Formats: sequence, C-alpha cells, structure tokens
Amino acid sequence: MTSTTAGDVPAIEFKDVVKRFGDNVVLDELNFKVAKGDRVTLIGPSGSGKTTILRLLMTLEELSGGLILIDGDPYTHEYRGDKWVEIPEKRRRVVRNRVGMVFQQFNLFPNMTVLQNIIEAPVHVLGKSKAEATARAEELLEQVGMTEKRDFATNQLSGGQQQRVAIARALAMDPEILLLDEVTSALDPEIVADVLEVLRNIAETTDITMLLVTHEMAFARDVSNRVLMFDHGQIVEEADPETMFTNPSHERTKEFLKAVLG
Amino acid sequence: MSDDLQTLIDSLPDLGGAVLVTLEMTVGGAALAMIVALVLGFGARTRSLWVRGPSRVVIEFFRGTSLVVQIFWLFYVLPQFGFKMEALAVAIVALGLNYGAYGAEVVRGSIASVPTSQWEAATALNLGWAHKVRRVVFPQAWALMLPQLANLLIQLLKGSALAFYITLHDVYWWTDELQRDTRDTFFSFGIGLIIYFVIAYILTWGMNWLEERAKRRLGRGTRPRLRDVLGLKPGVPSEVARVKGGVA
Repeated sequence: MTSTTAGDVPAIEFKDVVKRFGDNVVLDELNFKVAKGDRVTLIGPSGSGKTTILRLLMTLEELSGGLILIDGDPYTHEYRGDKWVEIPEKRRRVVRNRVGMVFQQFNLFPNMTVLQNIIEAPVHVLGKSKAEATARAEELLEQVGMTEKRDFATNQLSGGQQQRVAIARALAMDPEILLLDEVTSALDPEIVADVLEVLRNIAETTDITMLLVTHEMAFARDVSNRVLMFDHGQIVEEADPETMFTNPSHERTKEFLKAVLG
Repeated sequence: MSDDLQTLIDSLPDLGGAVLVTLEMTVGGAALAMIVALVLGFGARTRSLWVRGPSRVVIEFFRGTSLVVQIFWLFYVLPQFGFKMEALAVAIVALGLNYGAYGAEVVRGSIASVPTSQWEAATALNLGWAHKVRRVVFPQAWALMLPQLANLLIQLLKGSALAFYITLHDVYWWTDELQRDTRDTFFSFGIGLIIYFVIAYILTWGMNWLEERAKRRLGRGTRPRLRDVLGLKPGVPSEVARVKGGVA
C-alpha cells in the first residue's frame, strides 16, 4: 500500500495504528505510508477515521496502539524492547515542527492581528527574528491575497479570508507535511473556489507533503496524486484520483462516490 | 444634627488613615487573591491528581469556612504555634486566601470556556504549554473572568471591614468611633455606607476599564470611552460595537 520506492524513507508511516475512543474502535491496526511530496486525499463516510488520522499526526489525539513515524523517526510512541512507551513532549516537539495543520474552523487567535497570528510561532518556536518572520509573513500574505489585511483583527475578516490567513500561518512554519482538515467545509460556496485556488497554487509551487480530508472531489482530483478510501478505520481501496473517481473497483467505494458525486 | 456635623468634621483627619488601611487591605488582599486564584485555578484543571487534588481541597476549605473565623485563627491561634503576624498582614493573608479560593473557580471556569480549538491551533504551531497559556488562552480567558473578578473585588473590599475585630483602624473602625462620639447610629453608619460605596464605585470604574481594554484586545468593542466606563454597564458598549461592526 505505498507509492514509495525502495530505499526512500516515507514522510509518514502508520504501523499497526490503533485508536479507540472508549469502546469505539476508530482505527484498527491501520498501516500505510506516504512518500515525500505526495498529495494524498482521504475519502470515506463520516466516522471512517479520516479526521482522526490527521489529528493523530498533529498530536491532538493520543494513540491507543501502534506507531507513527515521521521521516522514519518515532513521533508520539516507541518500543523500548517489547514495551510500548510514550515519547515525552520535549522530543515530540522536535518532530512536530515538521508538521502543520489547517482546520475546518480556521482557529485564528482573536487576541492577535493577522500578522501577529502568522509570526507568533516562527519567532517563538523557530527562533526567527521578528524582521525575518515579518518579511516571510508578508510574502505569504501576498501569496494568499491578503496583503491589505495585514494589521486587521481576525474577526474583521470573512470566513474565506480567515482561512487564507490560517493557511499562511501554517506555511510560515515551513512544514514538510501539511494537514488539511475539511478546510472548505465551513465556507460559503462562492468563497470555496478562492481558498481552493490558494491551495492549488501551493501544491504547484512547493514540494510539501499534503494529507487532505475533503468533500471537494474535483479539488481532490486536481491536487492529489493518491486517494485512499476509508471505511471503518481501514483502507478499502487505494488508487490514483483518475482511477478512483472514474473506475473504482471496490463495491464500498462505488456506493460512497455515488452518494457523494450524485 | 449640627453637633453630628461638628463631630464629623473633627474626626475627618482620622478618615484619611482609615481609608488608607482599608485600601491597603483591599489592594494587598486582591493581589494575593489573584496569585492564589491563578495557582489554584490552573492547579484544579491539571491532569495530575497530585496537583489537582490538593488544589481542590484548598479551594473547598477556604470557600467553605467563615472569613471571620479564618481571620481569628490567623490572629489568635497561629501565634500559639510561634507564628505571629502584624494585624494588617493577617487581614491581607485571610482576604487573599478566602477570595483567592473563589477566584480560583473563576479562573478555572474562564480557562475552560476558551474553546479547545484554540489550544489545538496552538499545538499545531508547536507552541509550548506555558506559551499557549500566556499568549493565546489567558488573554481570551482574562476578558471572560474580569466581570466576575470585579464582583469579588467589591466583596473583598466589604469583607475587609472584619479587620476591625483584630484592632485595625480601618473605615469601619472610623465609622464606629463616629457612632460612639455622636451616639447617632443613623448618621454615623449612614456616612459609613457612603464611604464604602464611593470606594466600591471607584474600584468598579477601574475594573470596567480593564474589561473594555481586554475586549478591545480581542478585537471586540471600541476604545473605552469615559461615559461607558462611568456608566457602570459592563459589556454593553462592546456588545453594541460588535453588532454594529458585524462580520465583514
């Protein structure tokens, strides 16, 4: 289940990953790899575990079992001998620097301006100078078409504008891996295109590994080079977007796509 | 009545000192209470039972026992164990612990009211815990806790009158002296009410100003105008501005 060529270390590797919420098993010994620079879309019915995968990668949820490797490095847990142990926060932070995330609800900090939102982490986490971080932020604001809003309060912005700032904020950390969790679901239909255009542009001009959960099938087809179909915490089908959307082989995928695409 | 007025005028020189003692207790007590509230408030929401348990016990103990008894304990009982404090220090410590315990609940509740998604966004940017709290969560919680802290501050001011029982010459002592001199309870205690009210009113102005400022920093509301602050209607100006400003 991988497009990684032998010898390459995958950007992301899930090894027998288990995630339970109480008695509810969301991911059941899931295995998959994502090669560097891959753009992978996760599709599947709600509750199939797609968002949980992104949240585990951002350490917003704790693993119940198994391992997640980033560039081959254990991230949140590891085996010491036979013992499965948590990796302390200090070491997690080193690996977490390589991962960024954009959320469905933007989650900008309301106590900071647009610019402050973007430079906060580069200055305090990456140790960039304020001037350097600001210069990079301005570059990113231009890229997402938000230059004029630099000094605005976040709640003066529309949803689409907030999401574009959130994308700039995530990119300002220069992540190797970008997680996009239904980033257009909370937006009005007419602004969805703007945000997707920004993401398409980023996909074309960078080699960031992307993992996206989306209901925008046209976008998924456009941007990603792999699509994984999930159901009940397992991958039921994996294909390039063309094949997945025009000629899926699994019965469950056909059903799902029929329901989504109409 | 004119005798009353003359007695009042004669006792005015003592009033300054009395107000000062009351203010020292209020400001000192509030400062200590804020520290206690922050420590216990954060302690009460940690995952570690070793921190959360003791925090809860201390909160419940100081909320659940009478302030007068706490003051007497510190003043009369503690010296028996060789630990003696000045009366003013006793008052500040007792007020700080008692109102700090109430404040801890305010801090805990306000921190809990900041959406989890804000913590998560901060995690996604790899900010450390202390940084998340200081730069992201606390500024948002601060705006939520200020109205309740303002209430507690006024209660603390009024609670400070109990220090009269441990020999402190505060506003209540001064009022009581006036009553002895005039033998007119209506007059002297009436004056007492007014003095406490004026101090409370000034404190409320200050807290309103802080609240408006905190909201403005969250991008809600406008620069506090004197009229809004003096109007003693916390929340109203900002709410109006928010609706008027709308979402772009």
